[in-house]
Amino acid sequence: MIKLTVDEKEIEVEEGCTVLQACEIAGAEVPRFCYHDRLSIAGNCRMCLVEVKPGPPKPQASCALPASNGQIISTNSKMVKDARKGVMEFLLINHPLDCPICDQGGECDLQDQAMSFGASKTRYIENKRAVEEKSMGPLIKTNMTRCIHCTRCVRFSTEVAGVNDLGALGRGENMEITTYLEKSIESELSACVIDLCPVGALTSKPYAFNARPWELTHIETIDVMDGVGSNIRVDTRGNQVLRVLPRLNEEVNEEWISDKTRYAIDGLKNQRLDRPYIRNKHGALEPSDWDTAFNKIKDGLSKVPTNKVASLVGDLVDVESVFSLKLLLNKLGVENLDCRIDGAEIGQDGRSGYIFNSGISGIENADALLIIGSNPRIEAPVLNARIRKRYLKGNFPIGIIGPKSNLTYPYQYLGSNSLDIEKLKNKSNSFHKILLKAENPMIIVGMGALVNDFGSIVLNFLRELSEFFGVVQKGWNGFNVLQTAAGRTGALDIGFTPSKKGLNAKTIFSEGEKGNLSFVWLLGVDSKDVLKLKKPFVVYQGHHGDVGAHIADVILPGAAYTEKSATYVNTEGRPQLARQATYPPGEAKEDWKIIRAFSEYINNKLPFDDLDGLRNKLYEDFPHLSFIDEIKKPRWSKFGTKGKLKSFELNSTINNFYMTCSISRSSETMAMCVDQLNRKKLVAE
Amino acid sequence: MLDDKDRIFTNIYGWKGTDVKSAQARGDWHGTKEILKLGHDKIIEIIKESGLRGRGGAGFPSGLKWSFMPKEIKDRPHYLVVNADESEPGTCKDRDIIRHEPHKLIEGCLLAGYAMRSHCAYIYIRGEFYNEALVLQKAIDEAYENNLIGKNASGSGWSFDVFLHRGAGAYICGEETALLESLEGKKGQPRLKPPFPAGVGLYGCPTTVNNVETIAVAPTILKRGAKWFSGLGRENNTGSKLFCISGHVNQPCNVEEEMGIPLRELIEKHAGGVVGGWSNLLAVIPGGSSTPLLTKNVCDTILMDFDSLKNAGTGLGTAGVIVMDKSTDVIKAITKLSHFYKHESCGQCTPCREGTGWMWRMMERLVLGDAELEEIDVLLQVTKQVEGHTICALGDAAAWPIQGLIKNFRPLIEERINNYKNNLSIKTKVAE
Amino acid sequence: MSKTYINTNDQFHFSFSTKAEKTIENILSKYPPQRKISAVMPLLDLAQREAGGWLPISALEAVADKVGLAYMRVLEIASFYTMYNLSPVGKWHLQICGTTPCWLKGSDDILNAIFDTLQIKPNETSKTGDFTLTPVECLGACVNAPILQVNDDFYEDLDYESTKKLLESLLKNKPLKFGSSIGRKSEPETGTTVLLKVKGKKNAG
Repeated sequence: MIKLTVDEKEIEVEEGCTVLQACEIAGAEVPRFCYHDRLSIAGNCRMCLVEVKPGPPKPQASCALPASNGQIISTNSKMVKDARKGVMEFLLINHPLDCPICDQGGECDLQDQAMSFGASKTRYIENKRAVEEKSMGPLIKTNMTRCIHCTRCVRFSTEVAGVNDLGALGRGENMEITTYLEKSIESELSACVIDLCPVGALTSKPYAFNARPWELTHIETIDVMDGVGSNIRVDTRGNQVLRVLPRLNEEVNEEWISDKTRYAIDGLKNQRLDRPYIRNKHGALEPSDWDTAFNKIKDGLSKVPTNKVASLVGDLVDVESVFSLKLLLNKLGVENLDCRIDGAEIGQDGRSGYIFNSGISGIENADALLIIGSNPRIEAPVLNARIRKRYLKGNFPIGIIGPKSNLTYPYQYLGSNSLDIEKLKNKSNSFHKILLKAENPMIIVGMGALVNDFGSIVLNFLRELSEFFGVVQKGWNGFNVLQTAAGRTGALDIGFTPSKKGLNAKTIFSEGEKGNLSFVWLLGVDSKDVLKLKKPFVVYQGHHGDVGAHIADVILPGAAYTEKSATYVNTEGRPQLARQATYPPGEAKEDWKIIRAFSEYINNKLPFDDLDGLRNKLYEDFPHLSFIDEIKKPRWSKFGTKGKLKSFELNSTINNFYMTCSISRSSETMAMCVDQLNRKKLVAE
Repeated sequence: MLDDKDRIFTNIYGWKGTDVKSAQARGDWHGTKEILKLGHDKIIEIIKESGLRGRGGAGFPSGLKWSFMPKEIKDRPHYLVVNADESEPGTCKDRDIIRHEPHKLIEGCLLAGYAMRSHCAYIYIRGEFYNEALVLQKAIDEAYENNLIGKNASGSGWSFDVFLHRGAGAYICGEETALLESLEGKKGQPRLKPPFPAGVGLYGCPTTVNNVETIAVAPTILKRGAKWFSGLGRENNTGSKLFCISGHVNQPCNVEEEMGIPLRELIEKHAGGVVGGWSNLLAVIPGGSSTPLLTKNVCDTILMDFDSLKNAGTGLGTAGVIVMDKSTDVIKAITKLSHFYKHESCGQCTPCREGTGWMWRMMERLVLGDAELEEIDVLLQVTKQVEGHTICALGDAAAWPIQGLIKNFRPLIEERINNYKNNLSIKTKVAE
Repeated sequence: MSKTYINTNDQFHFSFSTKAEKTIENILSKYPPQRKISAVMPLLDLAQREAGGWLPISALEAVADKVGLAYMRVLEIASFYTMYNLSPVGKWHLQICGTTPCWLKGSDDILNAIFDTLQIKPNETSKTGDFTLTPVECLGACVNAPILQVNDDFYEDLDYESTKKLLESLLKNKPLKFGSSIGRKSEPETGTTVLLKVKGKKNAG
């Protein structure tokens, strides 16, 4: 520990601490622009100057100065105040001071600090610098005249996002931040630079001129665009979601979110199901009401034996809804139910076989990593950033069996065939030794390895491999399944999978196609396979007029993730609470309410009347879900099926990062991103 | 005046060859092996005793600087980096060493490198010195061919490489950490200190960066002894020094002189005196553009060494003496320097990036007199806001010349402002 | 330095010559094997010489590929240092120093001589495209001021007349020998005051 004095207050800080951090610990406020605790130290804004004794008779940049024993630091002496005032003046002389037309206004570091530390008038009467607009793609709006050259954006893209697209050209007062030849930043995390920009140089393009921060209501909730469960803040005005910002959660997303998380929200306005629909005798969907719709379902259901009834739940569905549906189906005696609509063969024998056991932050403790059948960069960009963070610390060999792509860190490519997994057993295999030698080896398995007829065999094989290499050992479990669907882990926890006699999703689709099923209830299922279900009577319950609604006989309008209070379990097995930010449109309702109402309609009432009642029942049946934000580590169990590995290619289950669900497919912003990407590909070809 | 027998650079004007034979005839590469035999620490000891202070501008004691290097080579190699990025306006001494006395520099690299337990020296030469780099590269090649450097350098058993690296136009790369960044293949933006290069320098390894002249005088000091060198000049300001005398003198030149030579003697004896005679002297910038100027009355008696100039509120810097006679628009002369610093600011840190441009723009107006009297103080304040608030010393260097101008020529600036106002009101009246 | 200007009109595809490939090997050998990016500056210089005095984007990218740097990083470097030209320059790149020591000794006269001979001002290229005039800061030969750098060579101790002579020689494609126009190095013009015993030179009276 180091003892030092900050503003006459004696404190102790840890070795390796900077003076700025020491000041924070002492409760002294130190203004800063360039410093960011997740980025490398630049020391360039000079706003965090403090007086340090012993030392030269001039103020020191506290962000870059190591704390040491016996330092006497002053954060409010005349020297410090003058220094800050001076730096503030320099930052402002070439800043346009166009706050009234700047989207950063009201949440601008420069504005706030100018109020606290700046002078009240300008002495600068020369012409101000003007910088030409830079094009940075459909997400980031630039106004580089406002730039104060803190280089946070450059450091973020280089260090965290792992792309070298941003840089500072020129020098001196002509230095300009730009992307390489003004292309967009090729990163799924690109828009984080907007959060990092302390001024209005980089702002959100889709949100441009939409609102002022003080008009907005903030709701802290959970994202559903991937399996990570990023912690987000949804900003609304009236009943409209205007923007999504990241919330700090060290365990999950730190303070980053993907561009899809941030920008798919305009999809919440389009293609919404705002009232019940029924298919009329001409085969067209017509608007209806709840009673008629329920009646039609009751009719459809009453004529068929339960073994001809099936139900599937989709990727965005919350735990409460799945649980309600499961209870209803149980009451009806339906056994053909599944949540693994992509055909993944997981989840029926032991929780440790389908979650990200080490936790996302556990990546930082691993010392070797094997990724199988996954492209984490597009399946879970924020998680991929964590892998890169670990890589940057050094001594982190990474091997890939699966799709070959730029993951923002170097890796050993071990092949793309399932049989390449088997080769890991050979002592001569280049990654064999690495895994054996590693103290905390880690395996990340993506859906790409599991969504086929041999998924369960692969899973078994990987379990054995994990045990052999010490991926699972006392005090360490590095066997990680990367779920891509926000609702999947929760649905598996609930056990929304077929009984031994029941049909799984793959079979439900194929039997439905053949006409061997009579009735299918789809809860938020919008995968392409749904189109096979033309023959049975289909109920689609969900929020978007996407694939599922297309073939439905009855549509029950549900609520999207921003419109309900709900639990989501992320890929780590961490239950997190989403909170309602807006109301569902029109007559749409929260899904559990619809199911509860239908159960009453058919005189088979579910045993709860409100959300609390539902949750009490849920926690009773699944106690681990009551530990919100915590991961209850499961015991390591046998999972998978013994068998011979067959040869097949491992691909990522996601081709198009920007469009993976009914919400993102309805988003105009996401469409622009896809367009941008396609155009780039064309140029490259 | 320095006696010819005490001159280190006997071929500074390039009258003789720069090849290894000619250099050896001048005493270079003589007894190199024997000096190396003294051992690392002894060499540092001798340099310490000689009182040699860095010739690049800051005047830090060289032996002490070398002694900061770790005493043994651990997992990281040690590097000697020679700063030949000579770009300080008024300074052109290193150029002459490189093009006329390259072997002194190379021998110095070996001796200094050996002293700090380095097997490798990089010489970072400014890109514009293209022909100079050709001469130096040829001399390096010759030194290799003659086994003076390379494996078993000069028969010492110590292997030593010397590599030449050309810059590409950036004054800031004369700042030692910017130079290291540039050498590593990056933009030349100074690093935050600590850590200092002796701990974490080139490629993260222990590194010492020295000026060309510092390294090039080392062999002669080691050959002739610390006492000889410290016998020249006065205490704390020992030895001889290359002076560059430019501007309004009859015979601009470079000359090696004893430290502490009176400025007037330097100018009159070697540079043919001030144009129009000593009485026509307006001001002198004594040590390269960053050092505040001196007015004639100070120039009459000032001695040219570190301490004397420091006491006069300026500095010896690189010993680039820029002389201005009474025909000079001194405000414009300093404005040119302000433009220089604005042009050369790397843009990394706020006070320098923004301040150099502001100062230059105000100076441009002061040249015309297009300003308010109060603005002189605003300008002075701006220089103080830059000085001492930046990552490297370029901010200070940009501030000092202006501070020197205001300190010594405030009445002139005021006069210019008043004249401008008067002319303006006359024009307006005429127009009316 | 003026703002980074990337010429988009004159872009062409650049690749290193076979001869250059050998030089590149030699350059790379100066730096530790894992520090290849140190060679970025010499390689940019080499590329500029091969590309005709400036760096098209393809040349930047060729250098980046050689040393294993991202394109953006190389562009940053190329735009930071003044000697890399991101737009074409004339066959004779005139670089005029206007910093104080040169200015005191009449660098404005050099500018006038250039304008009178070639009708170009700073940052302009002559109509023929043969001459580009770039103002630069201190070239580091102040006792030989004023100085005009032509491509790689310093022409020193110039005045109006000697500059005209120099430019005329360039127009004829027969450049004068570089160095001082009054035939000296850095000693006083009229003879030295020191090193009197070094023979072959006249002494000051």
